[in-house]
Amino acid sequence: MFFGKNPNPSSGRQYAVSLAAIATVALACYPVAGVIGYRSVALLLLFALSLLSLRMSLYPMMAAAMVSALVWNFFFIPPQFTFQIHSVEDGLMFAMYFIVALLNGVFSARIRRAEELARQKEERANAAKLYDTLFNSLSHELRTPIASILGASDNLLTHNRLSEEIKQNLYVEIGASGERLNRLVDNLLNMSRLDSGFIQPKLDWCDLGELIFTVTRGLEKELQHHRIVVDLPDDLPLFKLDFGLMEQVLTNILHNASLYTPAGGEINIKSYFAENQCFVKIKDSGPGIPAGEIPHVFEKFYRSKNAQTGGLGLGLSIAKGFVEAHGSTICVENAAQGGAVFTLRIPTEVLSVQMPKDE
Amino acid sequence: MHNPTILIIDDEPPIRKLLEITLQANDFKTVMATTAKEGLTLAAMHPPDLILLDLGLPDDDGQNVLAQLREWYTNPVIILSVRSSEEDIVRALDHGANDYLVKPFRTGELVARIRSALRLSQGAAHVPVQAFGNLSVDLAARTVRKNGEMVKLTATEFSLLKLLVRNEGKVLTHAFILREIWGPGYTQHPEYPRVFIGQLRKKIEDNPNQPSLILTESGVGYRFVGVGN
Repeated sequence: MFFGKNPNPSSGRQYAVSLAAIATVALACYPVAGVIGYRSVALLLLFALSLLSLRMSLYPMMAAAMVSALVWNFFFIPPQFTFQIHSVEDGLMFAMYFIVALLNGVFSARIRRAEELARQKEERANAAKLYDTLFNSLSHELRTPIASILGASDNLLTHNRLSEEIKQNLYVEIGASGERLNRLVDNLLNMSRLDSGFIQPKLDWCDLGELIFTVTRGLEKELQHHRIVVDLPDDLPLFKLDFGLMEQVLTNILHNASLYTPAGGEINIKSYFAENQCFVKIKDSGPGIPAGEIPHVFEKFYRSKNAQTGGLGLGLSIAKGFVEAHGSTICVENAAQGGAVFTLRIPTEVLSVQMPKDE
Repeated sequence: MHNPTILIIDDEPPIRKLLEITLQANDFKTVMATTAKEGLTLAAMHPPDLILLDLGLPDDDGQNVLAQLREWYTNPVIILSVRSSEEDIVRALDHGANDYLVKPFRTGELVARIRSALRLSQGAAHVPVQAFGNLSVDLAARTVRKNGEMVKLTATEFSLLKLLVRNEGKVLTHAFILREIWGPGYTQHPEYPRVFIGQLRKKIEDNPNQPSLILTESGVGYRFVGVGN
């Protein structure tokens, strides 16, 4: 394909560019017309028109064809500086020049139109495919917990001879499904919050130990089979952060870590202050991220090929969105000893914990 | 012993149903209102022991209802709210709400919050010596012991602990703590509550990084829970 996504500059500019191109070729040819012959000038002008037709739309091309024919006639075909043509040969050349130039414009425009249609069709097909994938995974994610809630409550209502143990399992199942739906809805709401672009971080002094504890407490159930190691220096200052946003970011990263770290494995959370930034590093002891997938893990709806669990592929992309709304950055790499390490860098004001004057 | 009456102001039938079942199962009497207007009328006719107020009502903002209630009603009001509206929650707490719950909430949590709000409003927390696990606080003698050993607190730390203990189970906003301990002039030091809570945790918690007495309410403030939360 010859042109980029937007082959048509605005039409006023197209006319100007065409005229300028014709004038340039004509001026360049004028002093040497005697040497190369005025008929070669026609070929040079046609060549310029062919180049123009790669980018111009139909009407500017037709105008260019007409103007260049007239320019050739007036300045080059003898008698010069008149629109008269004396020889039959020149008359034929002039007519053919005009027709070829016009056809040139018409055919280029057609080709371009066909290419444009093909591109749109392809885009539509891609969008439809993405939509299908999304729709399937969303309806699966929503329906699974709903099905289990309905199934469990049906059983409880219709079979009055269920053992206590089975009943208990069904109650637990209803609760777990409710939690799963709740997390899904939270993620969808957060995603639309991000898409709306209305996130205004509310910065306030934060104790990072407090933040990390709040997050691990919220994920108690998900992290119950893992060893959580929190590594904070004693003199870690207070940071000016949006507690709620950072809580969501760390929750999503830790939830992700819990999915990939085998039972009994360690998840390490570390924070320190350096280069005027608050660093938070979360290292899991899972299999790490396949090299080719690293650039994609933060993409919306991206699911790892190794993902063993359900999910929409929203968690990490929300984390990244919130981190960026906070003016911070997040990246991931594989640790030398295995496992993935997520690194947050948060530029922030700090307050060293010096005691205010106390009586 | 009389069973406390709770007025529920919420427009969602399934939530009302859930609240009614939960509260009746825990020996509370319930009265239902589905709109702000109905809620205010019912509260005025038979003042309940506690009000559960949803912030998103069809006919008026729950914040207005709270403001109107607080002109005369002194019993506890607990706010029910949807997620991600910390500002609304803080605003309600700073305008007279006693506590809040975010929907969806667990019913166990709801009952615990109601009990603690009722206990506070009946003045039960003003017993001078109180024990919370291995921590005992004597508000009259101004002494604190952990595992029987005296804990040395500065005057400000003690005032803060006293404020927390007196409001056991209730969430206290950063602004409230700042105002109560340092006075209204200290609003330019929003970091003071964090700094002093951090200090206090180091002295009274078993593990200051995993507090079990002074809990953080994300984006809102702090809550002192006695034991076994």
